[in-house]
Amino acid sequence: MDTELKDIHPKIIQALLDKETDITVEDALENEMILNMGPQHPATHGVLRLVLRLDGETVIACVPELGYLHRGYEKLAENMSYYEFIPHTDRLDYISPMANNVGWVLAVEKLAGIEAPPRAQYIRMMIAELARITSHLVAIGAFAMDVGALTVFLWTLREREKVLDIWDILCGARFTNSYARIGGVANDAQPEALAKVKWFIDQFEENLAECEKLLNTNRIFIERVDGVGAISKEEAIDLGFTGPNIRASGLAYDLRRAQPYLKYSEIDFDIPVYTEGDCLARYFVRLDEMRESTKIVRQVLDKMPQGEVLLNQPKKVLPHKTEVYSKMEELIHDFMIVNFGINPPAGEIYHAIEGSKGELGFYLVSKGEGHPWKCKIRSPSFNNIQVLPKILVGHMISDVVAIIGSIDPIMGEADK
Amino acid sequence: MDIKELVLQKLKENFPDINFETIDYLDELTVKFPKESVVKVCDFLKSDTALEFLFCEDVTAIDWAKRKDRFTVVYHIYSFKNNFRLRLKADVDESDCSIDSVTSVWKGANWQERETYDMYGIKFNNHSDLRRMYMPEDFEYHPLRKDFPLMGIPGSIPLPKK
Repeated sequence: MDTELKDIHPKIIQALLDKETDITVEDALENEMILNMGPQHPATHGVLRLVLRLDGETVIACVPELGYLHRGYEKLAENMSYYEFIPHTDRLDYISPMANNVGWVLAVEKLAGIEAPPRAQYIRMMIAELARITSHLVAIGAFAMDVGALTVFLWTLREREKVLDIWDILCGARFTNSYARIGGVANDAQPEALAKVKWFIDQFEENLAECEKLLNTNRIFIERVDGVGAISKEEAIDLGFTGPNIRASGLAYDLRRAQPYLKYSEIDFDIPVYTEGDCLARYFVRLDEMRESTKIVRQVLDKMPQGEVLLNQPKKVLPHKTEVYSKMEELIHDFMIVNFGINPPAGEIYHAIEGSKGELGFYLVSKGEGHPWKCKIRSPSFNNIQVLPKILVGHMISDVVAIIGSIDPIMGEADK
Repeated sequence: MDIKELVLQKLKENFPDINFETIDYLDELTVKFPKESVVKVCDFLKSDTALEFLFCEDVTAIDWAKRKDRFTVVYHIYSFKNNFRLRLKADVDESDCSIDSVTSVWKGANWQERETYDMYGIKFNNHSDLRRMYMPEDFEYHPLRKDFPLMGIPGSIPLPKK
């Protein structure tokens, strides 16, 4: 035990132990144990480190430690142009990179005062919803795997693989897509990509129902997650839960409905809400959300207009390559944007989208230069992990993995 | 009444001695006030029954590098009742690099303030657990300050002991 404690910083131990009492570590450890979980642990979904204080098998305190994947993206953003930062947003929530791209370009467009053409907005909605489906598929599969139901993970990943194939056709990359552009998307959605999306959502609901049946009739799974890790609506709001997690606690808060961006105001969809606030409810919310997402994608495919997918405004948006090679003006603008970036007027904006994990916001401060003066990424996973110490207390150590899985944190996003 | 007018009117009525500076840019309302009154203003905004800013979305800071009040602490708060987002700002100077913590109002501000402390070195008074969020505890710089080089400082992070 002594050797293990040396690896934990004294300040973490101080936070873990009750600060009002002045017991020393040696005294406290008489009946209790300090357990270090992570950062290398398969059930922490990345490099999350939890320092747990245990009484027997019961958790009595928990201190999460972040920063093992901190790459300083906010610092990098201050030193590069708005275009250059698009690929970096892929690495935030690496399970749904498409949604992050969309969040970033929407924030920049708001700052620069431009709006993408309608077809581009519909394509963005389609990819954001497909990204939500892939993210929830991984979340549910990994969650079930954490509590011992291995097969579901293989089945949900099989479905996710089909979406990755769609990404491959759409933009040529399966994981780090960088498909959205300021003022539109990189290229028009090909007919075969759209046909594949249609095929995917047509067969998806049936396959999802199969996965669901596998879990909902699994008594071991249900009993391990039912009533575990419950949090009330008030506490969840106070601690900053967003996304599926807050909807599982009974608050119908969804930015697609509350502050519609893109064309969500034209789409008909429901917001699934459960009131229990436990791991099971969070799982049910994700299932229902995937069904809603297929509903949205189906409407998007029906309503998608024809037309341009990139704004033709050479002073603010990179011109088409064909025009750069044939027209002098466009060549000059292309040179200026590549070298000095778009220069949004001085000001500040906060724009948030409903990402797969919750509210993904970007706070940008511009001084009229080609790079942002300040960029803050409000990542949902960061705030969701903050709730862990609150809901872990009083649970058995084997419930810890179930609770982490149900919250679905992505460390790339939490650590930025 | 428009929610923006309502917020401003309520603030002026309840805090007649505070000088509020308001900016309305791209339909986003910003209210700026001296840093001493941050806790009582936030407490009022949360507890007032017509406003109910229950959700603290984000706490961060801006480093203006060469300005007299070097830092600005920025809060984004949201009201579910009015479906309205408000931005609060308070200037902090380098000579007294601290501001009162709002964790007594919103518990969710805890980690956000820790992150701001880690990145900018702004101390949050009365914060229960002001440790660094991302950087190692014995790291002595604050990386998001403008005078911290993008390349980092060689040797500033010690290698783990064997």
